[in-house]
Amino acid sequence: MKNWMNAFLLVEIVKGMALTLKYMFFVPRVTINYPYEKGPISPRFRGEHALRRYPNGEERCIACKLCEAICPALAITIEAEPREDGSRRTTRYDIDMTKCIYCGLCAEACPVDAIVEGPNFEFSTETREELYYNKDKLLDNGDRWEAQIAANLLADAPYR
Amino acid sequence: MPKLTINDQEIEVEAGTSILQAAEQLGIEIPRFCYHDRLSVPANCRMCLVELEGAPKLVASCAMAAGDNMIVRTDSEKVKKGRQGVMEMLLINHPLDCPICDQGGECDLQDQAVAYGYDRSRYAENKRAVKDKNLGPLIKTIMTRCINCTRCVRFGEEVAGVTELGQLNRGEDAEIGTFIEAAVTTEMSGNMIDICPVGALTSKPYAFTARPWELRKTESIDVHDGLGCNIRVDSRGSEVMRVLPRLNEEINEEWIDDRARFAYDGLKKNRIDTPYIRDSKTQKLHAVSWEEAFTYAADKLRTFKGSNMAAFVGDMCSTEEVIALKDLMAALGSDNLECRVDGEQFDINEKAGYLFNSTIAGIDEADAILLVGVNPRHEAAVLNARIRRNWLEKRMPVSVIGPEIDLTYPYYHAGTSIQDVVKMAKDHKGKVKAERPIMIIGSGVFAREDGAAVQAALRQAAIDLGCIKDDWNGYNVLHSAANRVGAMQVEFFSKEGFNPAQMGMVYLLNVDTPHVLESIHPQALVIYQGHHGDEGARRADIIFPGAAYTEKHGIYMNTEGRPQMAKKAVDAPGEAREDWRILRALSSYCNKALRYDDLFQIRERIVNEYPQFGLMEEVAVGSWGDFGSKGKLLEEDLKPRYENFYQTNVITRASSTMKACVAEFVKQEERVLEAAE
Repeated sequence: MKNWMNAFLLVEIVKGMALTLKYMFFVPRVTINYPYEKGPISPRFRGEHALRRYPNGEERCIACKLCEAICPALAITIEAEPREDGSRRTTRYDIDMTKCIYCGLCAEACPVDAIVEGPNFEFSTETREELYYNKDKLLDNGDRWEAQIAANLLADAPYR
Repeated sequence: MPKLTINDQEIEVEAGTSILQAAEQLGIEIPRFCYHDRLSVPANCRMCLVELEGAPKLVASCAMAAGDNMIVRTDSEKVKKGRQGVMEMLLINHPLDCPICDQGGECDLQDQAVAYGYDRSRYAENKRAVKDKNLGPLIKTIMTRCINCTRCVRFGEEVAGVTELGQLNRGEDAEIGTFIEAAVTTEMSGNMIDICPVGALTSKPYAFTARPWELRKTESIDVHDGLGCNIRVDSRGSEVMRVLPRLNEEINEEWIDDRARFAYDGLKKNRIDTPYIRDSKTQKLHAVSWEEAFTYAADKLRTFKGSNMAAFVGDMCSTEEVIALKDLMAALGSDNLECRVDGEQFDINEKAGYLFNSTIAGIDEADAILLVGVNPRHEAAVLNARIRRNWLEKRMPVSVIGPEIDLTYPYYHAGTSIQDVVKMAKDHKGKVKAERPIMIIGSGVFAREDGAAVQAALRQAAIDLGCIKDDWNGYNVLHSAANRVGAMQVEFFSKEGFNPAQMGMVYLLNVDTPHVLESIHPQALVIYQGHHGDEGARRADIIFPGAAYTEKHGIYMNTEGRPQMAKKAVDAPGEAREDWRILRALSSYCNKALRYDDLFQIRERIVNEYPQFGLMEEVAVGSWGDFGSKGKLLEEDLKPRYENFYQTNVITRASSTMKACVAEFVKQEERVLEAAE
C-alpha cells in the first residue's frame, strides 16, 4: 500500500526536485568557470615536475641520482660528470612524464629540494614527444613556478 | 693454541690471531675502518672495540691477540655505547656530503653509521676543512672526508713500496698528505681507492659518472698482462663504467694494477664498429656490410693455396677464437700458424719451458729469487707486490740480471746479459743455500734471434742454481700477453716454421705488433680482425670488427697455465661481433663450415682435444723435459718487454686516462732525468 502510494503520488520525484531546487536557489554555487577560475589546491599537490635553482641562479641538482633510484616507474634518467669548475652536475636529466605516476617520491628523496612536483597540472600536450621532459624544460618550469613552489614548501615545512 | 669464548661461542685459534680475526672465523661481525687483512695493524680508528672480561676498558679487538680463556663480548650494551661514541667522534669532522660523494652507496662509514651510530649529532661547531691534494690523474682526493685510518699510507709503504703518502701533524690538525706536492708514482695506486673506507680517495676517471646501485657487475679476467688478474667489470647499459679487482689468493690477492683498472676508457675510443674493405683503385678503406665483407673475403681466399696462407693471433685473443681460427686455417689447408707475435723463439714442444712453473702463489714459498730480463713492475705489477711482500716479511734475497731499475725493494744486480746468467750459474753451481729458489724470466728475453739458445742456457742455469728439485720447479717464464700460453697450448704454431714474407694472404687476429706487421710482404692480402683501429688495421685490406675482452665470453690461460673464464659484460659496438662467430660465419662463406654453432660446442671442441682447459682455475702439474736448443749466444743485453707501463696494447693506446698517466709519470721521469744531466 505504502509503495503504491509513493509511486502514485511521485514522492521520489518531488524529493529529487526539491534537492535540485535547493541547490539552485539556496546553496552557494560550487561550479567554477574553469579555466578562468580555478579551485584551491593543497600545498602538497603533486603536479608537473620542476628543477629549482638557488637564489643566486645556481641549479640545485647535484646529480646524486637518489630520485632516479627511488622512482618506482623508472621515469627518470640522469647522466652526470664533473662540470668545468669540478662540481658534480647532471649533463642529462630526463623525466618521461608518460611513465610518471606522480607519487612524489623523487621530491621526497631529493636532499637539496631540487626536483619538486609543482602546483601546475595543466601541461597536456598534443604529441607524446612533448611529454619527454629534459633538463632545460624542467629548469624552465622551475624558473616559472619558483614563487609558488617556494611558498608551498614553506607552508608544508611545519609538518615535515 | 689459545682457546677463547666470544659471545658464548668457544673457538680455538692459532697463536697470534687477533680477537677480531677469531670473531670473523665464528662469523661474528666486528665493525672496523683502519684494520685491513693485508696491512699492518695500527689500531687507530677504535671502531672494533669489544668487551674483554677482566679488562678495565673496552679493548681494540684488531690489535689484541687472542689469549687462553679470554671471555669476549661483542654485543653488550657497553660495546654498543662504545661504538656509538666512536662513530660520533668520527662523524664530527666528516662532511655530510654523501649525495655528491662517489663512495656513496658502497661506503664503510655510511654503512657503519647506519648500523652502529647515533641517528643525530650533538656537535654544533664548525667542521674542520682539509685542503685537497693532487695525487695525479688517477686518484681524486677530497681530504675533508678523511677519517685518518692511514690505510692508504700503509698500503703505499707495505704493498706498493712508495712512501709518498704520510700522516702529517697531530690531533685535530692531523691529515694525510704528500710531503711535497707530488703524484703517487706506483703502478698499483688504484688500489688505494678500493681500500679507502670513506670517499677521501676516489677514482678520477670515474668521478660522478655512475652510482654503485645502477651498475651491472660481471666477473671477468684482465687481459693487460699475463697474470690473468681476476676483475669485476661494472657496466651500465652498453658502457663499461669501471673495473675493480676480485679476490683470488692464487693470483692477484685483492689488487690489480692501474692499467687493468683505468684503461677501460680505451674501450670506447678508436673502435672498429663495421667491416671495411680496401678499394683496389683508391687504396682507401670503405665501410661495407657483413655480407659484402664475407663474400669479398671468401672470394679472395679461394684464390690462394693453403700453403700460401698464414695466420697470427695477438696478445688478447681468447682461446675460443684462437681455436676457431686454427680450425678455419686447417679447413683451408694451411698450417702456417703463429701466436708468438713478438718474435719469441721459445721451444714449442715442452710446456715447462714457457710456463710459470712454481705458480704465482709459489713465490710465497720461495726463499730466493733471480729476475732475468724482466721488469715485474711493468710486466706484472701485482706479482711485483707479492715479491715485495715476501722481501718485507722474510727479507727474501732478490738478484737481478737485466737493466737496473727501481723495483721498490733492494736487490743485488748481477749483470745485464745472458752471459752473466751463464756465469752466475757456473759460479754458484751446487753452492746455492736456498731451499726453494726461483727464477723469473721475462718473455721478452726470448724475442731475439738466439731465443732458443737463450732458453737452453736458462734451463741449464735453473738446474745449476738448484731451482729444479723433485718437488719444486722454480723455472718461471712471465708472459706479458694474456693468452699466449692458451694459444701455445692449443698448438697455434707451425711445427716446421714458415716465412711470413712469402705468404700471399695473412690473417691477423688482433695482431698489432710491429714484429709481425714488418715481416709481411707488401703485396700480400691482409685480413685484420680486431677491435681497435691501430697499426694492424692500418695495414689491412679487409677488416672484420671484433669484440674486446669485456664484450665476449672467453677462456684465458695465464702465464702459469691456469685457464680462467671471463664473462661478457656489454655488447660490442655497432656491427662488431664476438670473434669466434665471425670466423664461424666466414667459414660457411668459404663452404668449409666449422662444426660448432654455439659457445658450448666450441668449448666442448677445445676440451675434447685439450683437456687442460676443462679444469677451470686449476694449474696442471707440469713435467720437466728437455727444451731449447744449444747454440751461440749473442753478446746482447737482456731487454724487458715494455718501456712504458701505461701504453702496451691497443686498448691502452686508445685510452686518454693512460695518456694522462704517461704525461704525468713517464714524461716527468724523463724531465727529471734530463734535469739531472
